Amino acid sequence: MHELSLLENVREILENHAVQQSFSRVSQVTLEIGKLSCVEPNALRFGFDVVMKGSLAENAELTISEINGLGVCRQCQRQVEMESLYDPCIYCGSPFVKVIQGAEMRIKDLIVI
Amino acid sequence: MCGICGCGQTDNTTKLKPVLRQNQHLLKHGHSHHGHAHAHAHHETERLVKVEQDLLSKNNAYAEQNRAYFQQHHIFTLNLVSSPGAGKTTLLVETIKVLKDRFPIAVIEGDQQTEHDADRIRAAGVPALQINTGRACHLDAHGIGHAIMDLGVRDHSLLAIENVGNLVCPSSFDLGEAHKVVVLSVTEGDDKPIKYPDMFHAADLMLINKTDLLPYVDFDVERCIQYARQVNPDIHIIKLSTTKGDNFSEWTDWLIKRVKPV
Repeated sequence: MHELSLLENVREILENHAVQQSFSRVSQVTLEIGKLSCVEPNALRFGFDVVMKGSLAENAELTISEINGLGVCRQCQRQVEMESLYDPCIYCGSPFVKVIQGAEMRIKDLIVI
Repeated sequence: MCGICGCGQTDNTTKLKPVLRQNQHLLKHGHSHHGHAHAHAHHETERLVKVEQDLLSKNNAYAEQNRAYFQQHHIFTLNLVSSPGAGKTTLLVETIKVLKDRFPIAVIEGDQQTEHDADRIRAAGVPALQINTGRACHLDAHGIGHAIMDLGVRDHSLLAIENVGNLVCPSSFDLGEAHKVVVLSVTEGDDKPIKYPDMFHAADLMLINKTDLLPYVDFDVERCIQYARQVNPDIHIIKLSTTKGDNFSEWTDWLIKRVKPV
């Protein structure tokens, strides 16, 4: 349900851009989704065709590029890759790592006609 | 057309009509780009359009409008989130009993169906507005913007928004609140913070509720706190029992410090 709301936002953003940038059809949508965001790429793929049906992006191809999670350890100040929000620091073991990248959910670009 | 935010069906549909008509025209002529090669001459050219826009940009824009309104009117707003049954409504009812003579309080209740929670809040003596989200699993900032106008929230007050009981979706939707407060009851399991990390990451305060039941359940408070801090090093934590009143004043003191008096 959550992913469906986000896809409805995608459709609305496309429709606004279509007016502003004079295009009538979208053939490809590229999303950037952070690995630490609360969105499941497979659920987005599942819902995409349903939500875009009847819109200017009907039959468009969906490409999702995933952004890796990154954090900074509060204790040793080093930058660490994160697979989940609760990963400890791989260098010093501290559980206190602040996320600096990976929460993104955005439309990167479109291919339009 | 809505006077508050400019929303309304007429606005969007009129803007979109030409686009949709063109699209339908193309579809009628079988101009699909999928499943077949284009042998015929093609007068259309594809181009790349940069968007770089957050999927939640619309919600976030409404949230910022709400936040500006709250700041201007000195309304301290909390977004209460939890799984269903953690005790959010009871927490609010007890909070209202203690604080309603100190400053004005209003409540926005979010549930998929029924007016039950708003009825309980009204019975406690403060105004409440129920939003039924229907099939949606969360409240959004646009709905809250309308609710604050309908409810007539007073200046220098506390506004509590009780979100839909759900530890997943409401974490993404900023409503313009000062803080998200996550309520976790000890009957739920101490590993909730890492099972549903997004919510505990988004919250500034965690209330560990129903502590009077600790002797009867297998819930390790220290382990729960450790998990919550792993997900969110800055989270503030208060342990309390709403129904028995244990440590309840730590929560009400936390509120009193933050609601700006007239």
